[in-house]
Amino acid sequence: MTTTVTPPQARPDMPSQEYNPQAESVLAKRIKSTIFHVVTLVLVAIVLYPALWMVASSFKPNSEIGGTNTSLWSSNFSMDNFVTAMDGIGGVSTMTFFTNSLILAVGAVVGTIVSASISAYAFARIKFPGRGLFFGMMIATLLLPFHVVIIPQYIIFQQLGLVDTYIPLLIGKFLAADAFFVFLMVQFMRNLPAELDEAARIDGAGHVRIFRSIMLPLMKPALISTSIFSFIWSWNDFLGPLLYLNTPDKYPLPLALRLFVDQTQSSDYGAMIAMSVLALLPVLIFFLVFQRYIVEGVSTQGLKG
Amino acid sequence: MTQRSTQRRRPASPAPSLPRASRQRGTDTRAGYAFLLPWLVGFIALTVGPMISSLYLSFTNYNLFEPPQWIGLDNYVSLLQDERFRQSVGVTLSYVIFGTPLKLAAALGVAMLLNSKRRGQGFYRSAFYAPSLIGASVSIAIVWKAMFGDSGPVDQGLSFFGINIGGWVGNPSMTMPMMILLTVWQFGAPMVIFLAGLKQIPGELYEAASMDGAGPVRKFFNITWPMLSPVIFFNLLMETIHAFQIFASAYIISNGEGGPAGSTLFYTLYLYLRGFSDFRMGYASAMAWLLVVVVGIITLIFFRTSKSWVHYSGDSK
Repeated sequence: MTTTVTPPQARPDMPSQEYNPQAESVLAKRIKSTIFHVVTLVLVAIVLYPALWMVASSFKPNSEIGGTNTSLWSSNFSMDNFVTAMDGIGGVSTMTFFTNSLILAVGAVVGTIVSASISAYAFARIKFPGRGLFFGMMIATLLLPFHVVIIPQYIIFQQLGLVDTYIPLLIGKFLAADAFFVFLMVQFMRNLPAELDEAARIDGAGHVRIFRSIMLPLMKPALISTSIFSFIWSWNDFLGPLLYLNTPDKYPLPLALRLFVDQTQSSDYGAMIAMSVLALLPVLIFFLVFQRYIVEGVSTQGLKG
Repeated sequence: MTQRSTQRRRPASPAPSLPRASRQRGTDTRAGYAFLLPWLVGFIALTVGPMISSLYLSFTNYNLFEPPQWIGLDNYVSLLQDERFRQSVGVTLSYVIFGTPLKLAAALGVAMLLNSKRRGQGFYRSAFYAPSLIGASVSIAIVWKAMFGDSGPVDQGLSFFGINIGGWVGNPSMTMPMMILLTVWQFGAPMVIFLAGLKQIPGELYEAASMDGAGPVRKFFNITWPMLSPVIFFNLLMETIHAFQIFASAYIISNGEGGPAGSTLFYTLYLYLRGFSDFRMGYASAMAWLLVVVVGIITLIFFRTSKSWVHYSGDSK
């Protein structure tokens, strides 16, 4: 035991600490670990700086934001910007924008969960002619730039008189148009043991029973990540509302923010940034609460397939 | 029809099982399409139908108010002569070509840094991932514009080091680096995927390489890169396709105009302006189809070339 602990400088030609971990002294290990943490923390500080700057600026008076300092601290922190931001824009209160965003996001979550799980069950658990072909097409839509469909879709909804309603923004969610979520659930369901369905079938259960009583309860992790991501994507969506909504009292937050930027034209930076913070608040809260699910979801489900 | 016997697992009593198996198959087919219905309806009504109709529209002159007028290839011909179109192609290509590799390099670098058993990994991973969740939002675009504006914090910070760029937002040659920084900032999502891939590489490979005297560079190129190549391929493909479709940030930062001097006139932004502010829907459809074809060709090239550098372990599938 003691003979193997040779100081590294005794044999400079051998990369001893690489293949013989015991040889590495406690001190060297601690130094390495400290360097790691210092380097990583510096990187974290750089990466998080824009977010921190945003939050700090939202509490600062206008004169201190653009002008003189990069610092995150100010002695003049106040809630004034938020008071202005909550007043809203164009006679519509910011609470209305919040409610609109919430309606759209909750609608998106419900629609996606229902339609994607049902469709995924067909792809993952039922054998029928044409399944492989449709599955291939579903994967292809994952790679398809969706700009190719926005113009005809707009024409259709315009002719149906549905422009300036939430229907064009939500109908796709109820028709599993976000192939990503269908794919995610298919992958999840494929990993559940086939014996479950076989046993249920022998007991006389049909597909509806198997789906409802066996698959759905087991799919909870996939359903949770789908809910989180479809909520956040809907919350941040800009192009959809920009195309379809015309009246400000129907606007969700991203569109309201654009209106705010257009009308104040950088004269009131503080309120603009405060409103940006408000618009991101639910996403940040979601992230803090569900970060385990979100990061795990990306690392496992983003990969499979 | 000849597949009938494979349907049943137990061939113990084949004679009575045959009608049951085929009945089961009939039920399965009906159930299959019933469960597939939501997706199928959406696929036909919201994807295939619109794709065909936009292909048709791309050969017409259409302004939403009068019936479309067949003009053959005119839209495609005028695209080639359109100065702004060419500019939007240039802007988008330089964004994709510089932004995507930089973002993936940052993602891989940080993933390798984090790939060890040390304390605080969960926190670091989440902190690096956070920008990916908010980066494409309008809020961040506003913040980016403020930070890179005239005498904003970025400008101030750089002048501390003696670098005087001035405002990035109003300077046509600095808007692209600013947009690229915005996408590189969101390296967290591919990083998390890289990290999951790195954890799959058996540690014995590195130990064996060390015994043979391989240094970190050789280990990277002979172990990490080939073992990680499927993940690199996945990230490269997804991020490239994604980069072509940037819209919200460009729209907000340039006030929906693509300025200054067209330096942020991204392809999708120009498409939007043509379709929904000039109401030249046929022209915009031609642009959309061109994008589909280009992205399709790039995907094909990626898959073709992947055979030479992406290594899948033998036992997959």
